[in-house]
Amino acid sequence: MTSTTIADEFETFATDGAGAEGPRWLRKARKAAMARFEQLGFPTPRDEDWHYTSVAPIAEAGFRVVGEPGGDVTEADLEPFLFGHPEWPRLVFVNGRYAEGLSHVRGLPAGVRVLDLAQAVEEEGDLVERHLTQVADDEARAFTALNGAFLRDGAVVHVAKEVESPLPVHLVFVADAAGANSAVHVRNLIVAERHAQVTVLESYVAVGDARYFTNAVTEVAVGEGATVRHYKVQRESERAFHVGTAEVTQARDSHYVSFSFATGGALSRTNVYTVLAGEGCGATLNGLYMVDGEQHVDHQTRIEHAQPNCFSREIYKGVLDGAARAVFNGKVYVHPIAQKTDGKQSNNNLLLSERAHVDTKPQLEIFADDVKCTHGATVGRIDETALFYMKSRGLDRETARHLLTYAFAADVLETIELEPVREGLEELARKRFIVDDQ
Amino acid sequence: MLKIKNLHASVGDKEILRGISLSVNAGEVHAIMGPNGSGKSTLAQVLAGHPGFEVTKGSVEYEGQDLLELEPEERARAGVFLAFQYPVEIPGVSNAYFLRSAYNEIRKARGLEEVDPLEFLDVMDQKLKVVEMDEAMLNRSVNTGFSGGEKKRNEILQMAILEPKLAILDETDSGLDIDALRTVAHGVNQLRRPDNATIVVTHYQRLLNYIVPDYVHVLANGRIVRSGDKGLALELEAKGYDWLLEDAGVTAGAGA
Repeated sequence: MTSTTIADEFETFATDGAGAEGPRWLRKARKAAMARFEQLGFPTPRDEDWHYTSVAPIAEAGFRVVGEPGGDVTEADLEPFLFGHPEWPRLVFVNGRYAEGLSHVRGLPAGVRVLDLAQAVEEEGDLVERHLTQVADDEARAFTALNGAFLRDGAVVHVAKEVESPLPVHLVFVADAAGANSAVHVRNLIVAERHAQVTVLESYVAVGDARYFTNAVTEVAVGEGATVRHYKVQRESERAFHVGTAEVTQARDSHYVSFSFATGGALSRTNVYTVLAGEGCGATLNGLYMVDGEQHVDHQTRIEHAQPNCFSREIYKGVLDGAARAVFNGKVYVHPIAQKTDGKQSNNNLLLSERAHVDTKPQLEIFADDVKCTHGATVGRIDETALFYMKSRGLDRETARHLLTYAFAADVLETIELEPVREGLEELARKRFIVDDQ
Repeated sequence: MLKIKNLHASVGDKEILRGISLSVNAGEVHAIMGPNGSGKSTLAQVLAGHPGFEVTKGSVEYEGQDLLELEPEERARAGVFLAFQYPVEIPGVSNAYFLRSAYNEIRKARGLEEVDPLEFLDVMDQKLKVVEMDEAMLNRSVNTGFSGGEKKRNEILQMAILEPKLAILDETDSGLDIDALRTVAHGVNQLRRPDNATIVVTHYQRLLNYIVPDYVHVLANGRIVRSGDKGLALELEAKGYDWLLEDAGVTAGAGA
């Protein structure tokens, strides 16, 4: 997927294909995004934001944007990914294309709208135009620009003023064999109006082990006093590439709560960027990554305190085995005006093998003088003293190791408020560490 | 039950145990006393299989088996229990889960059925009373945020659940106020049976008012320098350790 072929592909997409569809502002936005991408190109390790993660394998793989909907995903295939709640309203995308037959939005009150992007452009044109491509910044972000160029499929979640969604909304992105060698650029929009509340869960999963590239962007506008809980579960195929960006803007007194769970992909990168643009906001960004073999997992977060009296909390944990690599780069940026900022950030990693490697870079950039901010990072191994203690009570080495590892991971999973998701992810963590000998 | 012969153990180049011989029979309580650095905690940890110590010479026979050949978990399953001087905090692992896992491992080793969480609650009910511990402690992470006294009680609770044949208490009295000490000692006494044995490692005679030993051994500089009955502990309490060390040709504090 060199720049030339992407440009060619865009040309076809924008003149004859789906890219020619939609209102004028959208077509313009696609063209502008493509121009931006051509200017930026794929990032290289010289780019500060990509210092520890080379995307050359993505750039060189020649992934192609999927035209017609394809794939053979059934209701039964989805079942393991639904956290035991198939009744939750959901939009399903197969290989990046909206799959109406697998989706339903039952059980939502009038104030909560969940639409696929094409339908949203028709029915909620003003809303979409007001926010889409407005929250996510593609100025220096090549993958966001690339996503914008091929903008077509995605989900729009809108919660009206003072409405609390009684159910979480599940966005499921599935890849199967038909998606092999494809590039999937999905774009979602979540808008919570004043005092609205909603939980949105994004799952990126695979049926089979195809090699493909997911490039997802989710834009979130959290209105005054609103709360958005945004959980992301990244369980792509072990041969897949994944770049996922959540970009958030928060109005006064709003809360944004994010959790990133990442176990899949050969190479994955998750970005969570939020701007606390009003007073009295809170942002909680937590995450857990567990990788092994040759996997590479990268998280970049940016919490921008742009106004006074806001708080942010961030805990990312990682467990690495085999020759896996992890990168954590978390920035908390405090503007001069943002007095009384209260920020805490930590990244803790557990290495289970000699060959695993972590690069962690928690960063504070503070330009206000009356703030309370702390940050820290640790990289460690299993505590031998604890291991001996457990063995001295009759537990064998493997059991004790698994238990200690699980405990390390479960600690951050406990922060997930949506119980079925917390339990489901705890189960995944347990299975990953505890070899059942039954 | 236990026969220690000429046991030598080191950390790195430093020899800490320098020829310990000791026999413990079923039904007996042995107290190991000695000044700081005498090697008494090392002896306790070597018996439990702590990987930080290397046994360089000597043998330990337990119930006819070579104890030193066994992994720590195998020793535990064979009935050896060490109450830690510094119980380890394990954040994220609930006390109940940990105790049940250990209980089931020991039961498996004894050819008994494993118990499920509900059955285990019944077991716990009785054992909690032995150490006067609140049930709420079971839902907390192992030793995490426990006070010193709570940690020691938790050790004795584990001992009550696992019902060892040979219990080694490593300075279980250190850092306890008199009430906690009584509770812990009471727990230990309740668990005494004619077919099990206890080794009490302590710096102070105080604990021995509550757990009355059949034998008292004084360790200095990695060797047993005097053995006697409980009267020896009282003598130490009155006169300190120095006279014994001089008798044994060791200067006070050597090896500390």
